[in-house]
Amino acid sequence: MTVRAVAAIGSVVAALASAGCLSFYEIAVETPIQAKLDVSPFQRVLVAGFLAGGSNNIDPNTETARLLRSQLRTKSELKVIDADVLALVDEVDRRRGAGSGSAPQVETPSDEPKIKNEKDLEEYEKIFADVEFWKKIGEEYQGPLIVTGSVLFTEVAKSGMVSRAQPFIDDRGITRYVEQRQFSNMKGFALAPKFVFIDGRTGAQLYSESFHEEALYQDNQNTPALSSYFELMDKLLPGFLNTLSTQKIKGTRILLK
Amino acid sequence: MKTKLWLVAALVALMSAPALADRRSDAKAQVDFGIRVAQKSLWKEAVYRFEKAIEIDKTYGGAWNNLGIAYEQLGRFDEARKAYETAMELEPNNTFIRNNYDLFREIYDRQGRRRNR
Repeated sequence: MTVRAVAAIGSVVAALASAGCLSFYEIAVETPIQAKLDVSPFQRVLVAGFLAGGSNNIDPNTETARLLRSQLRTKSELKVIDADVLALVDEVDRRRGAGSGSAPQVETPSDEPKIKNEKDLEEYEKIFADVEFWKKIGEEYQGPLIVTGSVLFTEVAKSGMVSRAQPFIDDRGITRYVEQRQFSNMKGFALAPKFVFIDGRTGAQLYSESFHEEALYQDNQNTPALSSYFELMDKLLPGFLNTLSTQKIKGTRILLK
Repeated sequence: MKTKLWLVAALVALMSAPALADRRSDAKAQVDFGIRVAQKSLWKEAVYRFEKAIEIDKTYGGAWNNLGIAYEQLGRFDEARKAYETAMELEPNNTFIRNNYDLFREIYDRQGRRRNR
């Protein structure tokens, strides 16, 4: 037996021995992510309503309030207050009318939303800093945590190169895929909500967080606005819920012996 | 003289080898128990066992790795990071430890960004 053969056998034995000693266990874990906000002073939450704008295909104010209420009911320990959803845009318009000394603005039948973009929104957002207004609402519901904010749901269209997996059948009759880049027109929706959390006992703002998500589809694909809205909200909800309650991230780790 | 010194050194090494082996086997017993309780999601008890194992044998990379996982499950992220990093120092080529650490860092960094906001 040559020296080389002895060394080879030795290394195989060493490898087998070490493999034999190697013991590991895969374990399912749930890592807790602490809530961003301490909500222990509150037992109840009021999803008041939102400054909504963008596309008029859906009513983002009502839809968002309804969705957040149902999520909070099942995924947080706070009791959700059932109340009419506030029309904050109208509230701001009413104040503007009163402030200028003229008669309150009269609703004109129009398909155009009052808030079309972020610039329009800026004018309305001052309402979140109105401590007296929120304190008054808080008093009405015995000082809950108030969730409000803005939701901009807009139509978007983009053109550019996109990658697609194109199937083809090779010499042996097996279907394979090749990446193809081609120019494409896409359309879809963008959702940009800002969630504002207010202490209903004092009217003071506790925390706010903004999100932005887009969903683009082929321009020949007819995706309803509402289904796109829910698709986008689905992506944002974990972030929203993590503001109020500890979330658990599921995964696996390897324990070693 | 040189031969004598070598002889003494060899004797010391031979005598301490069983002691080291004993330490590792005692530590392994703690780790075994820690793994069993971790599999039942009793993470506080698991932490206790893995800490005990490290107390017995500080060079036990597997125990540090397991302690990192257990701390992570209890939301003790800073301690988890230190434990994982010690495990990696002790066993730099262990891909299991590296993978655990990478997965943990994703969560840890996200929490850190939030703390700094």
